Amino acid sequence: MKTITKMFTALGLAVALFAAPAHASGGGQKNAEDYDFSFEGPFGKFDRAQLQRGWQVFKEVCSNCHSLKYIRFRNLTEPGGPELPVEAVKKIAAEYEISGEVNDEGEPITRPGRLSDAIPAPYPNEQAAKAANNNALPPDLSLIVKAREGWYYPWYISPFIKLFKGNGGAEYVRSLIAGYEDPPHGEEKEGLNYNPYFPGHWIAMPPPLAGEDVEYADGTKPTLIQEATDVAAFLAWASMPKMEERKRVGLMTLLYLGVFALLMLMVKKSLWSRVEH
Amino acid sequence: MSGHSTYEFKNPIARWVDERLPILSVVRGQLVDFPTPRNLNYWWTFGGILATMLVIQILTGIVLVMHFTPHTSMAFDSVEHIMRDVNWGWLLRWMHANGASFFFIAVYIHIFRGLYYGSYKAPREILWMIGVIIFIAMMATAFMGYVLPWGQMSYWGAVVITNLFSAIPVVGDQIVQWLWGGFSVANPTLQRFFSLHYLLPFVLAALVFLHVWALHVTGNNNPDGIEVKSEQDTLPFHPYYTMKDLFAILVFLMVYAAFVFYSPWYLGHSINFAPANPLSTPAHIVPEWYFLPFYAMLRAIPDKLGGVIVMFSSLIILFFLPWLDTSKVKSLKYRPLARQFFWLLVIVCLVLGIAGAQPAQGAWLLVARLATAWYFIHFLVILPLLGFIEKPKPIPASISEAVLGKAKA
Repeated sequence: MKTITKMFTALGLAVALFAAPAHASGGGQKNAEDYDFSFEGPFGKFDRAQLQRGWQVFKEVCSNCHSLKYIRFRNLTEPGGPELPVEAVKKIAAEYEISGEVNDEGEPITRPGRLSDAIPAPYPNEQAAKAANNNALPPDLSLIVKAREGWYYPWYISPFIKLFKGNGGAEYVRSLIAGYEDPPHGEEKEGLNYNPYFPGHWIAMPPPLAGEDVEYADGTKPTLIQEATDVAAFLAWASMPKMEERKRVGLMTLLYLGVFALLMLMVKKSLWSRVEH
Repeated sequence: MSGHSTYEFKNPIARWVDERLPILSVVRGQLVDFPTPRNLNYWWTFGGILATMLVIQILTGIVLVMHFTPHTSMAFDSVEHIMRDVNWGWLLRWMHANGASFFFIAVYIHIFRGLYYGSYKAPREILWMIGVIIFIAMMATAFMGYVLPWGQMSYWGAVVITNLFSAIPVVGDQIVQWLWGGFSVANPTLQRFFSLHYLLPFVLAALVFLHVWALHVTGNNNPDGIEVKSEQDTLPFHPYYTMKDLFAILVFLMVYAAFVFYSPWYLGHSINFAPANPLSTPAHIVPEWYFLPFYAMLRAIPDKLGGVIVMFSSLIILFFLPWLDTSKVKSLKYRPLARQFFWLLVIVCLVLGIAGAQPAQGAWLLVARLATAWYFIHFLVILPLLGFIEKPKPIPASISEAVLGKAKA
């Protein structure tokens, strides 16, 4: 039986090794370019200045077509995020016109935005968004970094890569925005653009950024890759606004459990040292 | 083993209560003095770990329900409301989502521990069978829970799994419509899944009560698989096993916390962060990891009804395990041949899990078919035969002999 078990193990390993190159070259899907964001790892935090720059890119460019419905203006001021000054965000919110409410006479009204309002969507509804975008719906970006993956590794590596690098959603967004290319062999598709990072390679969204699209207040040079990195970081925050709190509480929890476990190990050892077992 | 403790309560109030409702002496007898084999190893701590996980799931679940809205147009939004606006909502949500995964990690270890040490054999058949019912109820609960956030995989998972019942001849379509509460997976489906997802954990708790009751009638099995013969073989449950279990629970919780706080969606699917869209089918519909071996079996059979039958049979077969295993010896410690086949079964189950995550075609389909076949061969052919073929190693006369023998060596 030992030999049978060994045979099976060897067979499994052989299958894995031979299947590897086939898998890696099979999909034709390009891995996102790896990038060390400040918020990666167990102690990683968001870079406030980067989130503020990313918000600027989102507001001035992305928000023309994409909504960010789960983010409220007040979130921009809260700890663990861009931490913009409250007064500045109040002003930004007031620039937006909020509709959909009625006054005491029951007539529809519009009013300036407040801190508690969600960031208004660029289109009143899905149909309007599609009609304005060649029948493609620009997705809401609140969860885009969590909902997308950046890596395409074979099954026996993928779980380990993801454990240490995450799903690669922020890297995907960054690579996608800055990764438009001329299609190979001069191929063209009506209303679609070639992007090797997009699943299937043909994406309805035209290149959203070209570099020099915004003027950063902090003097950072707005190159294409800089803008893409900043907005990817901002959208990562939008996907997980409680990340810093989560990691902080996690550290305390693990320390607490670790000390408690160590004490219990000592209790257990001293108890059991008195009996044969 | 069972029955009341003969303990006399010194406190007059305690004695007064206990003479009228012997709840204190039951606790004393079952949770403090309960004689437990002295040779249990750390694989026996998973019972306590599972009880802890059930409590965590019920408590986090009860609070999550206070903020969740079971409606197709609001469920996804309300989960994001929990994640973003509810105080500590993100913690509750990730504890609950990862809690399901760690519940299954613990239950799989618990089940394989039972398989290795023959804990299903006489006199523990009913204890084992209640365990199998708990496992099935857990799977139903987890499946319905995964549907509630109403993301893409929630929705499409519900579509695929409920459609399985259409394979039933003649009444299949009617049953599926009855499950859906309509002609597709829609709001009535979400609402009944929510209702049942709230109900089933309490059914689980009742089943766990029966499981523990049965355990306390027969007493624990142990790594040597020999029944307790004298008081020398045992130690009181408290403090020996309460303290040991607590240590193991804390270590388990540390691994769980590492995922909750640092990789909370590692065990899930990214696509479930996109809201359910009945018009757009995801490229790969894959269940949560703990269903993958069963999903592989389902897809290994080219016929839909056949696949459903095979998948459910893989669970039903466990009810008959006490009689399929013909060996008189419980613990695989003393069964060298059966031990080899046990590890082969573990590998086969892991392979099924991996195959379940791959598209059902080509080499993976073949692997899934072979592994499925072996799963049934193991229980239906190998185990019954081994009892006759295998020559077990000599078994110690008692637990205390086994323990003292080890201490001398």
